[in-house]
Amino acid sequence: MHDTQTGSRTANRVEIVCFTVEDQDFSIEISHVLEIRGWTSTTTLPHAPDFVVGMMNLRGTVLPVVDLSLRLGFGKTEPGKRHVIIIAQIDHKIIGFLVDAVSDIITVDEAEMQATPDVSSSRTQAFIRGVHSLDDKLVRAIDVREVLPREAPLSA
Amino acid sequence: MNDLNQMFFQECDDLLEQLSSGLNDLEAGAGDEETVNSMFRAVHSMKGGAGAFGLDQLVSFAHAFENVLDDIRSQRLVVGDNVVNLLLTASDHLADLVEAASQGTELPSEQGASILSDLKHISNAANGTSGDEQETVEEVDEADFQPTFLAIDGDLPSLDDMAAPESDAPVTIRFKASQQLFANGHDPAILFRSLETLGKLEVEADLSALTPLRDGPWSEPALSWTLTFTADDSVDEAAIREVFEFVEGLCELEISAAETGPGGLPPLPAPSDIQLRPDAMAKDTVTAAAVAQPADDAPAPNQSEAVAPANSGPPAASRPASSRTSTIRVDLDRVDRLINLVGELVIAEAMLRQSMDEMPSSANSGVDEAMSQLKTLSGAIQESVMAIRAQPVRSLFQRMSRIVRETAREAGKSARLVTVGDATEVDKTVTERLVEPLTHMIRNAIDHGLETPEARRAAGKDERGTVTLEASHRSGRVVILIKDDGAGINREKVRQIAIEKGLIRPEDDLGDSDIDNLLFRPGFSTAGEISNLSGRGVGMDVVRNEIQSLGGRVSLQSMPGRGTSVTVSLPLTLAVLEGMVVKIADQSLIVPTLPLREMLQPGQAKVHTLCDGDSVLALNGEMVPIRDLGTALGFRSTPVSLGNQSLLLIEGDSGHRYALAVDGIAEQREVVIKGLEQNYQKIPGIAAATILGDGKIALIVDTDQMIVPPGQGGWVDRAWPDATGDFHHA
Repeated sequence: MHDTQTGSRTANRVEIVCFTVEDQDFSIEISHVLEIRGWTSTTTLPHAPDFVVGMMNLRGTVLPVVDLSLRLGFGKTEPGKRHVIIIAQIDHKIIGFLVDAVSDIITVDEAEMQATPDVSSSRTQAFIRGVHSLDDKLVRAIDVREVLPREAPLSA
Repeated sequence: MNDLNQMFFQECDDLLEQLSSGLNDLEAGAGDEETVNSMFRAVHSMKGGAGAFGLDQLVSFAHAFENVLDDIRSQRLVVGDNVVNLLLTASDHLADLVEAASQGTELPSEQGASILSDLKHISNAANGTSGDEQETVEEVDEADFQPTFLAIDGDLPSLDDMAAPESDAPVTIRFKASQQLFANGHDPAILFRSLETLGKLEVEADLSALTPLRDGPWSEPALSWTLTFTADDSVDEAAIREVFEFVEGLCELEISAAETGPGGLPPLPAPSDIQLRPDAMAKDTVTAAAVAQPADDAPAPNQSEAVAPANSGPPAASRPASSRTSTIRVDLDRVDRLINLVGELVIAEAMLRQSMDEMPSSANSGVDEAMSQLKTLSGAIQESVMAIRAQPVRSLFQRMSRIVRETAREAGKSARLVTVGDATEVDKTVTERLVEPLTHMIRNAIDHGLETPEARRAAGKDERGTVTLEASHRSGRVVILIKDDGAGINREKVRQIAIEKGLIRPEDDLGDSDIDNLLFRPGFSTAGEISNLSGRGVGMDVVRNEIQSLGGRVSLQSMPGRGTSVTVSLPLTLAVLEGMVVKIADQSLIVPTLPLREMLQPGQAKVHTLCDGDSVLALNGEMVPIRDLGTALGFRSTPVSLGNQSLLLIEGDSGHRYALAVDGIAEQREVVIKGLEQNYQKIPGIAAATILGDGKIALIVDTDQMIVPPGQGGWVDRAWPDATGDFHHA
């Protein structure tokens, strides 16, 4: 009995990258993460939502950087040398997430993820996939697809 | 098998193109003997390949097609308009059959049945009794044909021979296939069968070289064949050789006339004895030369009287040396990857140059020299890599000739396509994406541009309308012209409809070109009743969008009674753009050089401020509206004083001009275009991005979107695209 449980556990274990935004712990599945880079200045985009910091150049690839703090409803980040950009690939898009710091890469059991607590904020409901209890910390799993800038409906 | 299949269909594409180009020449009256030969070869190759894959429908159609072409090249059939038309329709149908076969389906047999029977009829007529032949000639005569004289190889038969057409002497052909022949998918049996269509054939296989299986190796083919071939005079050695043309170099072939009967003249032009061997292939001319003289290196066993007398033209040499350049097929993704890498290389080179310039000017001239060499090299690499993707527009234009035929038929009009400059090379992506807009414009030209045959006759024009497609290179761009000789745009009607649609007000005074440009307005494409309009307009906004997304421009000119022409101007490649680096609110942006007409430094410009912060620039008596780039892109809320700004005079696609105010102008440079949509989305006012020498990203301004579009109040309506990219009018 115990053995089979361990077996099924390994099957559902996922590696997550933990990072902090405004001293809070968040996570993103490592399968999305291409690399982690220090902050480099970006080029401002006109007519972009405020949480899109701008475009950055990753060895020739032009990609947008999202200020995750602002996107998640915290304050606007004033990016500096200590800030970090997580380069993630979501479907076919490559996107950068500006965060305060990357803290850890850990393996968690997908089954142990708890549903997002029933809070009123629609933003929480949309952006947080669930939470993991880790020692005394609460790690919020980000729903990467939801935090992306919405595609503007374009007329053909 | 799958690969082989795919290769066949790719080959078919090339062959169809070859066929179509031959037909175009023939239609233009420019076809010579080699044109027909190459068309015959194309159809024949397709037939052969289709046979190997068991595509029976394709085989039988190609066979009938091939017969007609054969009749033409052997002068049994005179090429007239009706023949060309039939061949054109047949080639369309052949393309359909190939297309269907590549999808793994077959066309319903009733489709193309009439074409097939026409083909059969025409070749039967050509091969029938002399009375029938007479009929064919008369039939062709009526249709204002241009006789094309097709010489057959060798001397014409003398009168004696004509009198005795049955004086046929057998020809002995020895044939031995090489291993490569089989590996390439040829089948001797098919060759023999094809020979059999020319005359009487007896085949005898020589089994002597066969070894028992256990003795191996079995990869070397052991069979050879002796063919005894009897045909009348019209079949000479060249004709026999042509059957084996596709296996040239893949087999050993000896053709020798047998002893002629007493008193009989040798019916064939004096035969020669050549051996075509794989190693002789590379030296085609050498082989040909060797034919003219006794082939001293041909160890033919029964050489006897088969050595060529000098008076007969060497059959192989009479065929023009093939000018085919050798090509390879490459996966487009690989080329794209290479192009991207080279783009990176160019940027890296620029970055290196920049950081070197920032170093204290050391006496390091060696590095300097190496740098400029590197720059030259990377430039040359970039150019040649771009050239890989370049493709003549020929195939694109040829596709259009079909559209012309089909649309003319549907619309009940008579039209022909004239193409000019089809060797002009354009990036493959551009040609691919041009198919749709071109189709659209050609359909428009025929459906709305050309008048009915009766109306044309009444107007004193040729009943048959002409649509011209012309491609040319002009100052680093490709210009494609779609021109018809129809009635031109009915401006009054267009104006009426624009008023009905609420696009303009009745009192608006629009110039001719303004009215013509109304056809590009989205409102014009939606209404069904407009398709009866004798102007244009169906889907022209779609055409414009598509061309613009390629970085191109469209403009339209029309002369009442004389026709309409649409000019499409496109960048040679989608990857590089010439631009001006400008500064705005601490940002570097790129303004494409193409629409740039003039640059004015601060203080140079005569600026008048109207109300509400609107300013105009007085330029040679013209009042040009000024747009501040910083506020237009939302980088600042209020325009800074124009006194310190530089002005860029921009002329948009529609010919409307405005001045773009920027903080400063840095330099002119070539930039590699990086799309924003792949990782982000479209941004109003921005066409794309690029990476500057310092590794920073600069956005490329979409100058056309900066234009204030014409609204209800003429051209002064203020409008700005919202986040969706749509223009909203006040």
